[in-house]
Amino acid sequence: MQRAIRDYHFGFIRELATRWDLLALIVALAVVAFLAEASRGLLAPLSQLDATPLSLAPVHLPVYAARTTLRMFAAMVLSLLFTLSYATWAAKSARAAKLLIPLLDILQSVPILGFLSVTVVFFLSLVPGRVLGAEFAAIFAIFTSQAWNMAFSFYQSLRTVPTELSEAADSFHLTPWMRFWQLEVPFGLPALIWNMMMSMSGGWFFVVASESISVGQTSVALPGIGSYIALAIQQRNLHAIGWAIATMALVILVYDQLLFRPLVSWVDRFRVEQEPGMEPPASWALTMMRRSRLINGLSVLFYSTVRWTSWQSAPHEALQAAAPKQPRPRWRGWKLLWPALLLAIVALALRKLAQTFAHTQLAELQTVGLLALLTLARVVVLIALASLLWVPLGVWIGMRPRVAQWVQPLAQFLAAFPANLLFPLAVYAIVAWQLNPDVWLSPLMILGTQWYILFNVIAGASAMPSELRRAAQNLGVRGWLWWRRVALPGVMPYFVTGAITASGGSWNAAIVADLASWGSTKVRAHGLGAYIADATTAGDFHRIVLGIATMCLFVVAINRVFWRPLYYYAERRYRQT
Amino acid sequence: MNAVPLLQVDAVGKSFEKPDGQELLVLEDVNLQLFEGQIIGLLGRSGSGKSTLLRLIAGLAAPSRGQCNYLGVPVDGPAVGISMVFQSFALFPWLTVYENVALGLEAQRLPRVEIRRRTLAAIDLIGLDGFESAYPRELSGGMRQRVGFARALVVHPNILLMDEPFSALDVLTAETLRTDFLDLWSEGRMPIKGVILVTHNIEEAVLMCDRVLVFGSNPGRVLSAIEVTLPQPRNRLDPLFRELVERIYVEMTARTGGVRADARTEFFPGQGIGSVMPHVSTNELSGLLEAVAAEPFKGKADLPKIATDLQMEIDELFPVAETLQMLRFAELEGGDLKLTEAGIAFAGAAQDERKRIFARQLLTYVPLAAHVRRVLDERASHVARKSRFIDELEDFMSESDAEQTLRAIIGWGRYAEVYAYEDESARFTLENPA
Repeated sequence: MQRAIRDYHFGFIRELATRWDLLALIVALAVVAFLAEASRGLLAPLSQLDATPLSLAPVHLPVYAARTTLRMFAAMVLSLLFTLSYATWAAKSARAAKLLIPLLDILQSVPILGFLSVTVVFFLSLVPGRVLGAEFAAIFAIFTSQAWNMAFSFYQSLRTVPTELSEAADSFHLTPWMRFWQLEVPFGLPALIWNMMMSMSGGWFFVVASESISVGQTSVALPGIGSYIALAIQQRNLHAIGWAIATMALVILVYDQLLFRPLVSWVDRFRVEQEPGMEPPASWALTMMRRSRLINGLSVLFYSTVRWTSWQSAPHEALQAAAPKQPRPRWRGWKLLWPALLLAIVALALRKLAQTFAHTQLAELQTVGLLALLTLARVVVLIALASLLWVPLGVWIGMRPRVAQWVQPLAQFLAAFPANLLFPLAVYAIVAWQLNPDVWLSPLMILGTQWYILFNVIAGASAMPSELRRAAQNLGVRGWLWWRRVALPGVMPYFVTGAITASGGSWNAAIVADLASWGSTKVRAHGLGAYIADATTAGDFHRIVLGIATMCLFVVAINRVFWRPLYYYAERRYRQT
Repeated sequence: MNAVPLLQVDAVGKSFEKPDGQELLVLEDVNLQLFEGQIIGLLGRSGSGKSTLLRLIAGLAAPSRGQCNYLGVPVDGPAVGISMVFQSFALFPWLTVYENVALGLEAQRLPRVEIRRRTLAAIDLIGLDGFESAYPRELSGGMRQRVGFARALVVHPNILLMDEPFSALDVLTAETLRTDFLDLWSEGRMPIKGVILVTHNIEEAVLMCDRVLVFGSNPGRVLSAIEVTLPQPRNRLDPLFRELVERIYVEMTARTGGVRADARTEFFPGQGIGSVMPHVSTNELSGLLEAVAAEPFKGKADLPKIATDLQMEIDELFPVAETLQMLRFAELEGGDLKLTEAGIAFAGAAQDERKRIFARQLLTYVPLAAHVRRVLDERASHVARKSRFIDELEDFMSESDAEQTLRAIIGWGRYAEVYAYEDESARFTLENPA
């Protein structure tokens, strides 16, 4: 359909190629070269990893960065496939949704690095002796950091397709397949892209952490920035760490400019609220793609595929000539089978859990519980401190559009930057000044996640209607009263959103933040994170699972008891409609 | 007129199941026949089931009773040959004008050449040429609805269903689109054979339709059918036209309230609190009271006249007028709104006196308000949860109607200061009452 109108209007081509074609060609070729380079090592035997050890020479960093980015990309594709299938299943079947949606909620609370500890051995055994297995494990870990919220967002979109659009699709006899690609996916796309971006910024943290891991006897260091950093720590090489940080910053910047800016700008047309005159977000890369026939061809290819597959599938039954319609007998068996299936799953799960925890000592449970409380206390204190710092600053910045324009992307960039790259610097300082790790390792947990608070508050403050601010000014509301009655309520829903993300992220970060090393010096804090990390190093699966389960329970409980009610309260009470 | 109707609706009813398993009737026993060359109007206020009927005809929902026959075949899913124009246009924002129009043909798997030919023809017919590659967000409301029309016509339907197609447009644009549509229709340039138009605009119905079915609420049903035999193009200022408009106003008001001002509905548990209240603010109530009390109406206003004067659609005017009738501030009869003594007193009073009069009328004539107040009085704590009343109301109405009714009661009670309400805790209290 894209084609038809284009033929009609732009039937002839004047120039052989535009500047944009050239630019696009260069970029595209570079991408191909990069993919080839990066995937070359995949099929190499695992022993080659030992044979060609990582090198700290900065020359190798581009290749390492490429491998890291490729992992990220692979995980994103996986997450997308997962989202499209899982969320659709949940949205189309009320019966399945009853299980799938709570499951998703639990899954998003499971500490991601915990997943890694458990799955790395499994994946290694899947492709014995090949690097691919280790790659799978890393990609899977990143996948788990990205997929859940994407699936949630798409599920939400599927449930809220406007009635009239849905009726229009019905009355024009779109088949389910056409409906999915022409209505449901486009409708869900803006929210999905936004969540992809959020996932991606969380993902860098885990890709770095997942590259260099040892579970018991199994120790893997996949070529990538994460392993590079790990090696630099081992060798106490501050220069190398500096190089790695710079490379990472560059990679994130490029990813943002080449992938997400264009996507966010492009997806603007899919918004259903159609306000004419709203300026869509700009992106030079998108302009390039739009003006280049090369990339245009790709999008036409995609549309054609959608059309072709729609064509191949049978038309809507109403359109099948003279087919006598008979009510399709619904298979009643599900009514019996489904509960049976659920029961079987539950039984199996219970048995597995019972086996795992059969020999757990009460003392062990107490220790874990105590450590979890300790970590909880840390998270609470840190979120409170970060809020005290960033809320006023965020409000101040958000009310000044010129400043916000600069700080907002910076805060988003900092949120995406894997804070674990900075850990060595902190450890270096702790060792050098002999600080108390129980106190001074803690800030690392929130190093990367505090930015969510900042940029959400900035967004909230910028969104506050200027009339409200003028009114407050006009009434002479100033000082503490202004904060209490105007600024804080105004940014409340945004702050809560940011704080939820920050809190969840901090729990995840605990696994790497509680236990840090610099060369052979180990610094450790007491907490659940250190417990899981220790168990991972020791290859003690029983304790890994126990630690993960405890963390998972804590996170779910805190979300249900504290954050969720607070979120709804803030939404109801303070959201300006 | 052809002997075989394009569409025959036989004793169609629709009900929804309430959470407690009881049935809630939204449409009762509707019959209609659409013949070739006819435009039938379904006229009524929101909640009168006219949009529901349209969706049953379109096959977007299934009737609970009776059936719709299209060319003699029962409709049991979106029928080929019936297409629809939506109130909010329902265009796909990610598709261009061309792609939006072509979508229905693509679903039919027509050859690409055919799709292009017909799409361009429809775009041309509806006056959209030059806009083919525009996205809906670039268009004005009028242009968007033209796309809606082109999209519906391109599949060459026999019947065109229109769900308040002009109500989201400004007055000027709506008039242009109406005229264009009628021109195309009378010149026979559209592929359609019959039209069903849902509207809440009386003049629009008289202007466009050959036959108008007037709908009443609770449950939705046909009150009367009015033939419009005036030749096209019709003139709004034609006395015959005005007469028909006036007649429909009378039809629509004659059977709405049904209760005379001197008859007081007593409150019995399970009876009297069961009526759905419209969400009408006290400002609107006093505004209309003042308008009717003032020159030139002096206590008695002709509804079409005051609707024009105040620039209110019947969907806005009727709920206010009926609430005045329910509170016995006015009587609604024969297309007139006439103030009662209480109404006149209210219009002439100052703020505090107004509140006193309002409180008296509210507690006397609105059983639900009286019920809330009595419950609060009886309790030692003088506190009652909102959910308690919602539960009671849901025996009689849907969840959303119960919510809306209680919202209305809360607003009126707050104004009259007969009880207070705290939104955060969702509780009624007796704090700060009069």
